[in-house]
Order: sequence, then C-alpha cells, then structure tokens
Amino acid sequence: MLVESLFYVFGTILVLAAFGVIVSRNPVYSALSLVLCFVTSAAIWLLIEAEFLAVVLVLVYVGAVMVLFLFVVMMLDINLDELRRGFTRFAWLGWAVAAAVIFEIVSVVWARGGLGLDVTKGPTDTAPDYSNTLELGRMLYTKYVYPFELAAVLLLVAIVAAIALTLRSRAGHKVQDVSKQVAVRASDRIRVVKMEAEKRS
Amino acid sequence: MITLAQLLTLSGILFSLSVAGIFLNRKNVILLLMCIELLLLAANFNFIAFSRYLGDIHGQVFVFFVLTVAAAESAIGLAILVVLFRERRTINVEDLDTLRG
Amino acid sequence: MNPTLLLMIPLLPLIAAFLAGVFGRVIGRAGAHTVTILGVAISCALSIYVLKQIYWDGVPAYNAPVYSWLISDGMHMDVGFLIDRLTALMMVVVTFVSLCVHVYTIGYMADDPGYQRFFAYISLFTFSMLMLVMSNNFMQLFFGWEAVGVVSYLLIGFWYTRPTAIFANMKAFIVNRIGDFGFVLGIAGIAYYTNSLSYTDAFAAAPKIAQAVLPMTSTSGVAALTLICICLFVGAMGKSAQVPLHVWLPDSMEGPTPISALIHAATMVTAGIFMVARMSPLFEHSEAALSFVLVIGATTAFFMGLLGVVNNDIKRVVAYSTLSQLGYMTVALGVSAYSGAIFHLMTHAFFKALLFLAAGSVIIGMHHEQDMRKMGGLAKYMPVTAITSWIGALALIGTPFFAGFYSKDAIIDAVHESHRWGSGYAYFCVLAGVFVTALYTFRMIFMTFHGPERFRHKHGHAHHDHTVAHEEEQQQPSAQKHDDHGHGDDHGHGHAHEPHESPLVVTLPLIALAIPSVVVGALTVSSVLFGSYFGDAIQVLEQNNVIGEIGKEFHGPVEFALHGFLSVPFGLALAGVICAWWFFLKKPSWANAWANKLSLLRTILVEKYFFDWFNQTIIAGLTRGIGYGLWKGGDQALIDGALVNGSAHTVGWFGSVIRRVQNGYLYSYAFWMVIGLAVLLGWFLEHK
Repeated sequence: MLVESLFYVFGTILVLAAFGVIVSRNPVYSALSLVLCFVTSAAIWLLIEAEFLAVVLVLVYVGAVMVLFLFVVMMLDINLDELRRGFTRFAWLGWAVAAAVIFEIVSVVWARGGLGLDVTKGPTDTAPDYSNTLELGRMLYTKYVYPFELAAVLLLVAIVAAIALTLRSRAGHKVQDVSKQVAVRASDRIRVVKMEAEKRS
Repeated sequence: MITLAQLLTLSGILFSLSVAGIFLNRKNVILLLMCIELLLLAANFNFIAFSRYLGDIHGQVFVFFVLTVAAAESAIGLAILVVLFRERRTINVEDLDTLRG
Repeated sequence: MNPTLLLMIPLLPLIAAFLAGVFGRVIGRAGAHTVTILGVAISCALSIYVLKQIYWDGVPAYNAPVYSWLISDGMHMDVGFLIDRLTALMMVVVTFVSLCVHVYTIGYMADDPGYQRFFAYISLFTFSMLMLVMSNNFMQLFFGWEAVGVVSYLLIGFWYTRPTAIFANMKAFIVNRIGDFGFVLGIAGIAYYTNSLSYTDAFAAAPKIAQAVLPMTSTSGVAALTLICICLFVGAMGKSAQVPLHVWLPDSMEGPTPISALIHAATMVTAGIFMVARMSPLFEHSEAALSFVLVIGATTAFFMGLLGVVNNDIKRVVAYSTLSQLGYMTVALGVSAYSGAIFHLMTHAFFKALLFLAAGSVIIGMHHEQDMRKMGGLAKYMPVTAITSWIGALALIGTPFFAGFYSKDAIIDAVHESHRWGSGYAYFCVLAGVFVTALYTFRMIFMTFHGPERFRHKHGHAHHDHTVAHEEEQQQPSAQKHDDHGHGDDHGHGHAHEPHESPLVVTLPLIALAIPSVVVGALTVSSVLFGSYFGDAIQVLEQNNVIGEIGKEFHGPVEFALHGFLSVPFGLALAGVICAWWFFLKKPSWANAWANKLSLLRTILVEKYFFDWFNQTIIAGLTRGIGYGLWKGGDQALIDGALVNGSAHTVGWFGSVIRRVQNGYLYSYAFWMVIGLAVLLGWFLEHK
C-alpha cells in the first residue's frame, strides 16, 4: 500500500518533471528538471528492488552527464531572448501526435492482456537475502566480462573523441615544446663573430 | 504492489513526452540532447520492469550497458554541439538546415 | 508473238533513258539524243511490226505474265502483257508521236543546258506509257499511270528555276493524285469482288458484280459495278483532264513545247480514254456510270472550248482545244461508242501534236514570244509552219476528207443515235462545240499567220514575257533573266526580231505529222471504226451498239465525206470560220465592241469559270488553314505544350512540392518518424 502510493507520488513528479524539461524556456531550468526526472526514476527503481541501478543512475547520470550538460549550457553564450519567443503554429499537432502515441502504448499494455503477460501481477518474489548487486556482479564478471571491458574501451574512445573534436589551438598562444628545448644545439643559439680590437675613442 | 502495467504505462508516457520534446523544440539543440536522455531513460524503465517481473537478471545487465553508452554518447554529442556553436554562433535548430533538399 | 520482242518494246526506251540520264555528261548531247532516238525508233518499228502481226497476219491476242512480282493471299501481282488490237493501235500511236517529238527536240532544245535530261525524261515517258497500254492487269496499269504522272511532273517543271513552272507541276501532280485516289478505290473494288487484279478475271466477273450491291446505309445500297466504274472514271478524269479535274492542263503549258505535244496532247492525257475503252466489258454493265461519263465529257467538250476563245497565249489556246477534244472522246465513251473514242484519239494525236509543234515553231521563230496579240502576218516568214498549221486546223475543225472529220462526225452521229440519259444534253454540247472549235482555231490561225504584223511596233529592245500566258498579266521587269530555250540573250542579236522559219529538225516532224492528219482518217475509218478491227478488245452490248447503228448507213469514206458537206456540223464549222475571219481579221474593232458589251460573260471566261479561284482560295486555303490549326493547336499546344513540356513541368512541379519534405530540420524528420510509428502501432492494434 505504501509502496503503491509512493509509486504514484514519484510517478507524478516524474511526469511533471519531464513535462518541465520540454516546455521550459530557460535551458538551465530544463537541465534541472531532467535531474529531477532522474532522481525520481531512481526512487521508483528502488521501489521495485533494482537498487544497484538506481544508485548507478544517480551517480553516473546525474553526477556526470547532467553536470556536463550544465557545464555546456552555461558555457555557451546563449541568447535567451530568442529562446523566449513563442511556440510555432503547429505545436498543437505535435501534442496531438504525442497524445496519440501515449494512447496507443497504453492500449497495447492494458487492452488485451499486454502481450500475453499477466500485467496485474507484482514483481517476482525474492528470497529475503536477495542482493541485487550480488546478482548483477555475478552476471557481469562471468558471462558479460567481455562486453564489460569493451564498454570501458568505448568510454575511452568517447573521451578521446570529445577531446579531439573540441581541441583547438589558439592563435598567439605560446606553448613549450619540451622535446624541442632538449634538442636545441649551440649553433642555433650562438653565433661567434670575429671582431677587430678597437681603441676606445 | 506495483504492477507491470503501471510501469509500462509510465515508461510509455515518458517516451512520448520525450519524442514530443524532440519535434516540438525548435530553438535549442541542447534540449534535443536532453530529450534523447529522457528517451533512454524510458527504455531503461522498460528493461528493469520486465527484468523484475520475469525474474530474469539480464534486463538489468542490459540497462548497465545502456547507461554506459548513453553517457559516452552524450559526451560526444555535447562536444559536437560545442564545435557547432563555435562555427555557427547559434544553437537554434531552425538555423541548421544545410541538408535541405 | 515473241515475248522477247514484246519485252524490248518498252525496255529499249527505258535503257536509253537511263543512259541519257545517268551518263548524259559522259556521252554528251549528240550521244544522248542518238541513243534515245534509236531506242524509240526501234520501239516504233517493233510496234508497227506487232500491229502488222495482229491485224494483217491474224495472230491471236497475247495475254501472258512476264514476271511475277508478288503473291499475297492468293492475289497475284505480276508484270504482264496483253497485246490485242487496241493495245497495238495505242503502241503505234505512242511510239510514232514520241519519235517525232524526239527528233523535234533536237532543234527546239538545242541551246538548253538540260538537253540530255530532257531526252532522258521523254524516253522514260515513252517507257511508262508503253507499260500502261501493254498491261494485262490493274497493278501494272496503275504503275504506268503513276509513272506517266511523275514524268509529267518532272517535265512540266523542267525549267525548275521558274516559280510558275514549279507551281504548275505541283498543281498537275496534285490534281492527278486526286484522280488517282478514285482510281485506286475502283481497283480496290475490283480486287474485293474478284480477289485478283488481272483483266481477264475482272471482265469475266463483270456480270456478277453488276448484280452485287454495296451497302451504304443500313437499308439502302448502291450498285457495286456502278460505283467501281465511276471510281475508275474519276481516275480518268484526273489523267484526261475532264471537268472539274481539268485545271492542271492549261498550267502544264509551262513546260517546253515538245512535251506539250507529246504528253498533253497525244499520249498521257489519252491514257484515261484508253483505260475506259479497255474496261468496256465493265462499263457496259452500268448505265449510270456511262451516263456520268457522258455528262462530264459533254460539259468538258463545250465549256472548255469557250475558254479558248478569250485566251491570248498560243499554247493555251491549243491546250483548251485539247481539253475540248478530250471531252469529245469522253462523250463517245459515254454513249458506248468506244471504237469511236479510240479512233478520235488516234486522229487527234496526230493533228494536235502537229498543232503544238507548229506553235513551238512559231515561238522559236518569234524568239519566245507567245502572246498572239504580238504576232500576225507570219505566213510569209514561216511558210512551212503556216501550211502545216492550216492542215492541222482544218483537221481539227472536222473538214470533210481530213482526219478529224471522220472521227468527230462519227462521234456526233453516235451521240445522236444514243438514247442514254444525258445524250440530249451531250448532243447540244458537241454540236455547239463544233462552232466554238472552229471559232477559236481559226482565231488562232488568223491572229498568228495573217493580218497586220503586230510584232514590230513596240520598244527598241527585245522584251520577252513568257508569263503573258496567264490571263492575270504580270508585267515582268525587262531585266528578268531568261534561261529558257537557251537562245541566249536576245540583246545580242544582230537583227531585232525578224521572224524566220525554223530549222529542218523542227519542220520535218511537222510535215511527218501533217500527212497522217490528212489521210489517216480516210484510210482507216472503215476498218477501225465500222469494221471489226477491235474484235474482242472492246465489248459493246447489243442494245448500246450505236456505232453499229450508224455503221449501217456507212458506205465508205468518200461517200461519208461528201455527205459531210451537207451536214449540220459542217455548217456550224463554216459559220465558226467565217465569224473568226470577220471578228479577228476583217474588223477587229467589232471584237472589242462585243467584248465590252458581254463583259460579264467575258470575265467568267477569263477567270476560267472561277475553278482556279475555288481550288486555290477555298480548297487549298482551307487545307492550309487546317494544317496551320493543327500545327498551332495540335502540335505546339497539345503535343509540345501539354504532353512533352507539360509532363516535364508536372514532374518539376511534383518535385517542388515533395522537396519541402526534405527541409533539413531534424525535428521535422523526427516528427514524421513518430507519425509513422503511430500509424504502425495503430495498424498493429487493429490487426493483432
């Protein structure tokens, strides 16, 4: 009972936050609404006993990805006035289509017993000492170890790609090239000139 | 107890809202990327719901990887956005029409 | 009869034409005329030999194929010869007149740059005409028919740099084609009923076809043979220049005079007459078709003669005379007097060719002046020409003892005997035609050879108009270049324009034609006309046998001629000569006074009954208008505009609409994807 009412509370907040993401005029508000989405999602996942992923969601998504988003939002010099201009003429059509899609998805789920599943059942029962983390770890490091390592490589590639895309050298920016410093020769720096002695006049 | 139907409905609503966000948004490319994250979140919801209700842990393993990839993808997407902003000085979606036929 | 010999008759002129035409430059002028005259002369000799075989030796008629060209669905299209008495007569006439014209041309076209070409053409014509008359089936007949039409076109436009010549040759060809259209329909009718193109099959099936009825509407129809015969006659109308397809013959005088003599007097125009006579087994079974022939012929005979009275170009007067005489021949065909028609054809060939060649001689002598108003008193300068012209004229008007008398009077008597519908009108026309013929013929003779000399008084320098021939006179500037006859620039002549007699190559053919014009009638009338000369070649049903009727009163040529002095036609002819003498020699002022009083009539005659105006303004103008309309509306607007450009435009328009889908906006693409998703989901929901 408590679980269910909590679910409804969190669910409502989630939907409203999602709504807020898309209708906010200010991109910072959108980003913060998205953070709220993720947090409430994590809460719901906790409710259905997927605690590892709930925490990972908060750590990775909120902690890293959304922070990155906020960095970019604030770094870019966005013209807020232009953003504040109103919606287009065909906005209602978009909402109508979205409503249609919701309706269809819901009817798929509810109408005819949702794909052969009994959708009115609750989650499967688990033993009292069920540890979601343990199960996940067991799976990840035995059967899925190879994809796990590959995911790490993927992240490395993403880092490299992001840096490569955005790196630029500024004009007039002096940088020390150590290898050049070490490889310099005396003849590059000094030139010996023969001069006649002169009387000081 | 939370039924599968409720979870699926919730994720469906999230999905639709994110898609609406993609095509209703004409001003802001960042919003586009955020809606993609929302999309992925909805998909993750589905995975976890089915994983818990069918008693199969593989759904959650998949969510793990989806999270990884989504993070990588958003990093690169933002990098592209930064470069785009440097070139065009605008993040208005309506200004990005060079693929017009 | 030796088939090889028969084959040589048309082929020799053909080979000669080929040599003169293709190798003309190599063999030179002398070579060209030698080879063609040799070809035609041998043909002529062989034709006379064939005639002798057929008539005097009694060899049976020859009817056999020579070469099988095509066999389609049981219908044979062959090259074959039918040599009977009718054919033999025609062959002799054609080759003899052609030979005379060939010789004459040596003198007439002496300075023309197209000398060899001319000889090639007239030899080619001889070949075509021989193929036509020797044919034993409709296909070869049609081949010869068309071939003579083509050669006529080539020869009328011989001086192709002249616009009037080109106009005339196009006119001739097109009017001929209109006739040929009817002709082809007739042949198709025959082929439809007999599934064969040979004469023997057609003639054998004639009574059967006479019973057949071609349905025109759901309830009524027309007698098949009548329609077929009328269609065949339409072809003859085109070729033999009957009203209303006569308009090309006066214009054909644009060609050199030798061909006016050969083609448009003696041979090509008689092809139609020959064809109807050859088809007598068919025509005899259709009274309606023969009445049609009769009325058309009578109309041509009389009304065309009237036009000769008001014309001032010497060649055109003779041309209208030809039209009128062709009308006489057609009238004879119409009253089933086929032998009379062919007899008149033969005599007319001689004296009309003579008159044309004499006119040519006058034209050479007058340094290419053709307007009779600028002639006069030429008899003392050109005696041979004058005498032969008198002979030809007397023959033409039907003076007893001359050739024309026998044939013409026979026709007039035959018409009088006939009871066919239209024969009354025809009798009036042929009688009035006698008066008119005499009038215009002797008007021509008197204005040209007698009376005051009108060719001296004008301008100091030579001034030659050839286009005076047209009634609508256009004054050409005197600086006009003359490339005709090759007589060179007349300004260079030492003597101004003193007419002189023509050289022997010109006068010899005149004499050669004058002799038959006098005697051939008397010599052959008994056998050809009233005898059984034609035998089975011409069929006449017993009830129509008008020649047989008048033959009952025939007691020999001399008696016929003496009786002729007392007949109505002779009186009319004499009256015509006296009128011509009075109005055009004695008191020309009376002619002018009468012309002014009868100005309306004169205008109608001068405008040639408005036939030319009708054809050129109404029919040709309408056709050009339709062509223009189809060009603008059909071709430009519809095909180019709507179909070709329109389809391209539509594709472009379509593209411009579709292009808006690809606007480069990501949100738009995402939107369409979602719509697709929604549709898919909906379909999934419906059908799952």
